[in-house]
Amino acid sequence: MSLLMAILIGFLYAVSIYLLLRRSIVKLVLGILFLSYATNLMLFFAGGLTETSPAFADPNAGAEIIQTSDPLPQALILTALVIGFGVAAFSMVLIYRFYKETGTVDLDELSEPEKS
Amino acid sequence: MLFLPVLIPLISIVLLIGFRHSLKYQQGLSIVSVFAQLFAAVSILLKLSGNGHLVAQAGGWPAPFGIGFVADYTSGLLLLAVSLVAIGSVIYSIGFVDFDRQKNGLFLLYQGLLAGVNGALLTGDIFNLYVWFEVMVISSFVLITLGSEKLQLRASVKYLVMNLIGSMLFVAAIGLLYSQMGTLNMADLAYKVRLQPAPPLVNSAIMLFFIAFGIKAAVFPFFFWLPASYPTPPIAVTAFFGATLTKVGVYVMLRFYSMFAQLDVAFWQPVIFVVAGLTMVFGVLMAASSYDIRKILSFHIVSQIGYMLMGIGLFSVVGLAGAILFIVHNMFSKTATFMAGGLIYLYKGSYDLKKLGWIYKTKPLLAFLFLIPALSLAGIPPTPGFFGKFLLLYAGFDGAHWSITIVALVVSILTLFSMVKIWNEAMWKPEKITADLVAKKVHPAAWMGTFIVVLLTLFLGLTIGYTYDYFAEAARQLLDPMSYIKAVLPETP
Repeated sequence: MSLLMAILIGFLYAVSIYLLLRRSIVKLVLGILFLSYATNLMLFFAGGLTETSPAFADPNAGAEIIQTSDPLPQALILTALVIGFGVAAFSMVLIYRFYKETGTVDLDELSEPEKS
Repeated sequence: MLFLPVLIPLISIVLLIGFRHSLKYQQGLSIVSVFAQLFAAVSILLKLSGNGHLVAQAGGWPAPFGIGFVADYTSGLLLLAVSLVAIGSVIYSIGFVDFDRQKNGLFLLYQGLLAGVNGALLTGDIFNLYVWFEVMVISSFVLITLGSEKLQLRASVKYLVMNLIGSMLFVAAIGLLYSQMGTLNMADLAYKVRLQPAPPLVNSAIMLFFIAFGIKAAVFPFFFWLPASYPTPPIAVTAFFGATLTKVGVYVMLRFYSMFAQLDVAFWQPVIFVVAGLTMVFGVLMAASSYDIRKILSFHIVSQIGYMLMGIGLFSVVGLAGAILFIVHNMFSKTATFMAGGLIYLYKGSYDLKKLGWIYKTKPLLAFLFLIPALSLAGIPPTPGFFGKFLLLYAGFDGAHWSITIVALVVSILTLFSMVKIWNEAMWKPEKITADLVAKKVHPAAWMGTFIVVLLTLFLGLTIGYTYDYFAEAARQLLDPMSYIKAVLPETP
């Protein structure tokens, strides 16, 4: 299972880098989104993948429960997701304004020639 | 007590939203808020003398479980410097920035930026550090686009993308580190890394951290976003950015080097020196070839980051004290040169050195206000820039790191050259009268803000005999991470 997840995360990183290197600014923003998905997934699995261990241990159970799943990465990822959502909203508005002002979505137009 | 530097700007944001219809109240409230932050920073620094470290745990949770704020001399001194620069910047912005931008949340965003910077300086938890970084970076995203001019939008796309990639690498590194070590408290991590040989993935995590903070601090292969984006917003905003954003990146590198990288000096020292040398050389060469005041000064930010990195790499008491002094001196001098450049723009209507001239003849006071911080950047005594460079070079020769020290010496000559270029072109050259050069009436607040920061630069230089002890004490604390660990986790053996 963790091998599968590792491959999935790697694939998401590959997609994001491919999109980041394209010329279109829309794809650039999609690339950022995929980058944040891949990173968040990685953070999520930082606590390890377990199938049966519960999140909370019953204090009366004694030594029966040896392993509980780690709740901290789930708390971390919530924060990271909210921040990522805010940034995604901002970048969408930014590219919209950019398109309105310049009339282009081509990143090569981004570098204006030096005014002498 | 330790939470005040974060709480004051956060409360100010709420109040500023309440006063969003009245610009006068917003300006007044911002000034009150930055002075309150100065008070908080001074009281933290006073409390530090005698204690060593100050620790406050949020919600009373004990150290490895709760999120703690930790202050030592490094963070205390930088907090003080940030709050002082913030006073100058807020006052300057009242005089410089147009009313549309001021009404649309300029001061609110300044407070957001300050909350992020102060939080990042104080926090003792790596994930919390990421959150403060995002608070800071998101405020700066909006500040850099505020006004929505075409040039600003072009620049902000580059700024946004590079900083987001940096942030994502940061989170990825946090994930890797947590999966290996099971904790994110800095003191706990530093302790556990010292207990047993670290698993190999920890080294990849630290490398990812280095790249992430390298992007934020604009060091050698990652610095191109800075000169592309800094010159576009109003120069008051650029001045404030120059004093805060990159410097926090350097501060975190300093902190991490003391915590983790110090364990593997044989690998990290050459890496830091090579990156530092290339950062210095590339920054100063591009500054020397520019003809726009804002661009020259932006490239200089990059070049000066190299000196700070060099101090981190030296990692001796004198070297680290030099690096911290250099960060503080740069906050003052760089902000002051940007502000003086902004005053030139207000009087002459241009940043282009080819169009400017004769400022020494028409506005001698302005010429001197520019000269003092410019000489400080170039490193002429008795300015703080000289003492910062002196300490770094002394530590470099002392540790027999010849190549980086010689590079630093050559770069400082080139720095002097580009500062003299601004002086010759803008101040001494006869002016070519062109139609678009207009002398406007300048708001006195712009003069006042510049005065404050220039005086701070001079003050730091003239009192270095007394303040050096603080910088040296900060360096000693960084050299002894066990004292930091013991302060946060009292039960460690």
